Amino acid sequence: MIEKADQIFVLLGHWLVSFLPAALQKPALVLLAVVAIIVTFPALFAITVLLERKGLGRMQNRYGPNRVGPYGLFQPVADGIKSLTKEDIVPLSADAVVHFLAPVLLVVVVFMGYAVLPIGRNMTLVNLDAGILFFFAIGASSELSVFMAGWSSRNKYSLLGAMRAVAQMISYEVPLLMSSLAVVMITGSLNANRIVDAQNQYTYGLPHWYIFTPWGFAGFLLFAVAATAETNRSPFDLPEGESELVAGYFTEYSGFKFALFFLGEYVGMMGISGLGTTLFLGGYSAPLQVLGFVPSWAWFIGKIMLSMCVFIWVRGTLPRLRQDQLMNFAWKFVLPLSLLNLFVAAAWRFMGQGFLRWVVCSAVLLIAYVVMARVGMKREHFGPRSYRYAE
Amino acid sequence: MSFVLYILAALTVAGGLAAVLLKNTVHCALALTVAFAGLALLFLELDAQFAGFAQILIYIGAVAILVVFAILLTRGSETPKGSAYSHSPLVGLVIAACVFAVLGWAVLHSTAQLPPGTTSATPTVTVADIGNALMTRYVLPLEIVALLLTAALIGAVIVAMHEKEGSR
Repeated sequence: MIEKADQIFVLLGHWLVSFLPAALQKPALVLLAVVAIIVTFPALFAITVLLERKGLGRMQNRYGPNRVGPYGLFQPVADGIKSLTKEDIVPLSADAVVHFLAPVLLVVVVFMGYAVLPIGRNMTLVNLDAGILFFFAIGASSELSVFMAGWSSRNKYSLLGAMRAVAQMISYEVPLLMSSLAVVMITGSLNANRIVDAQNQYTYGLPHWYIFTPWGFAGFLLFAVAATAETNRSPFDLPEGESELVAGYFTEYSGFKFALFFLGEYVGMMGISGLGTTLFLGGYSAPLQVLGFVPSWAWFIGKIMLSMCVFIWVRGTLPRLRQDQLMNFAWKFVLPLSLLNLFVAAAWRFMGQGFLRWVVCSAVLLIAYVVMARVGMKREHFGPRSYRYAE
Repeated sequence: MSFVLYILAALTVAGGLAAVLLKNTVHCALALTVAFAGLALLFLELDAQFAGFAQILIYIGAVAILVVFAILLTRGSETPKGSAYSHSPLVGLVIAACVFAVLGWAVLHSTAQLPPGTTSATPTVTVADIGNALMTRYVLPLEIVALLLTAALIGAVIVAMHEKEGSR
């Protein structure tokens, strides 16, 4: 029974394709899985948007949306209909072809990332040998779509937003890769399934997730910071800082193209949360051995939604960074720490079992964190600020 | 299999041609990324996962972005008024033909370099094999490349720093 619930979607897929002739079964199964991904994650996106508007409302001491349906639950439906029926305005001087291709490319690229994520036991669409590399390669292509959107709009706000976004995404991609690399080093594989299998073991009923090791904990925090910046989320949302740039690179988008950007952003956030879950939080494995009866896919979706809640919480809490703070933070703090974390992970691997490696690895990371933060803050002078060009 | 190959080849060649023939420089850069993507897909078609993904990560994620940044920061994205093409197409043609001839010769003679008795044209190479080779047999070239890149990085920082000190 537990096994059935765990594999329900796999069994359902096999049952559905069994009506087809044998030659068509394999392609049909793949097609079914693709459709399932394309349906599931936008549905989660609708839930997340509602959760975000309600949650931010609570944090800012106001009601969120509460007019459409009971408790405003049908707000996403109303939003969807609105964006579908709105007029699609393309600026006269815009580059029409590139302007059209940018949101399409973003959505395609963002959905392709899910191909390698193990959503549940036996529920990876393509079990690639270099799955993690594939995810990062595809993620890097989304920068191009942001640039295309900003450039083709022929709008200074759009172009500035795109330049900011691309500079930010390139800067934070390095620590993102570096912090994931520690996991790849310890597991010895770029395959997402093998990374999850390595974490899906229990001692005394407690899981072997990488976040419960010193290097894994540091790596997860660095990964979370870099992922937040990579998806242009608050407090790193300078590319769309509405007080300066209207809406950044998608200023000139309206109607359904705007909705596609919105969708791409959130589905991308869920994708990178899924990657973080796979790398550090044990993927689809249960947090306690006694909870193993809950289906694996439920854990994965639950972990993604939990990280979306953290994203919302952070957005409601932290103010936006300034551009120079953003860059200094990436290159002078996050990147050196993630490089050090690689060495710590290597030390962890070769120090053998025992208590000593816990002490040494934690101490090295903690001391590095404190020293770098102290030195970094000493250089910051909080007196009157002088601007180079704006005076 | 050859059908897929033809589609990918057509895509790559079309991207390359568009990169040369289009007038707007940013369009050229975007067409170049299409050619890069086509090349990556060709690698994947040949079961070279690592080369294919690295091609996407580096060429589309970094080089293409660098190219469009350089275009935007130096000359703007306006379409030139006059002819955008070179005034000496013959020289370019000769150079291109020479490069093509060398590459073609190298590719055609590459099978002779294989150890005798090799039957399979595409050996199965996993990512782990590539990693092992890079860390053991080819570790010295890897380190030299790393040193070279570090030197280039420091050089770029120095070039960028100089202007700031002069203005003070």
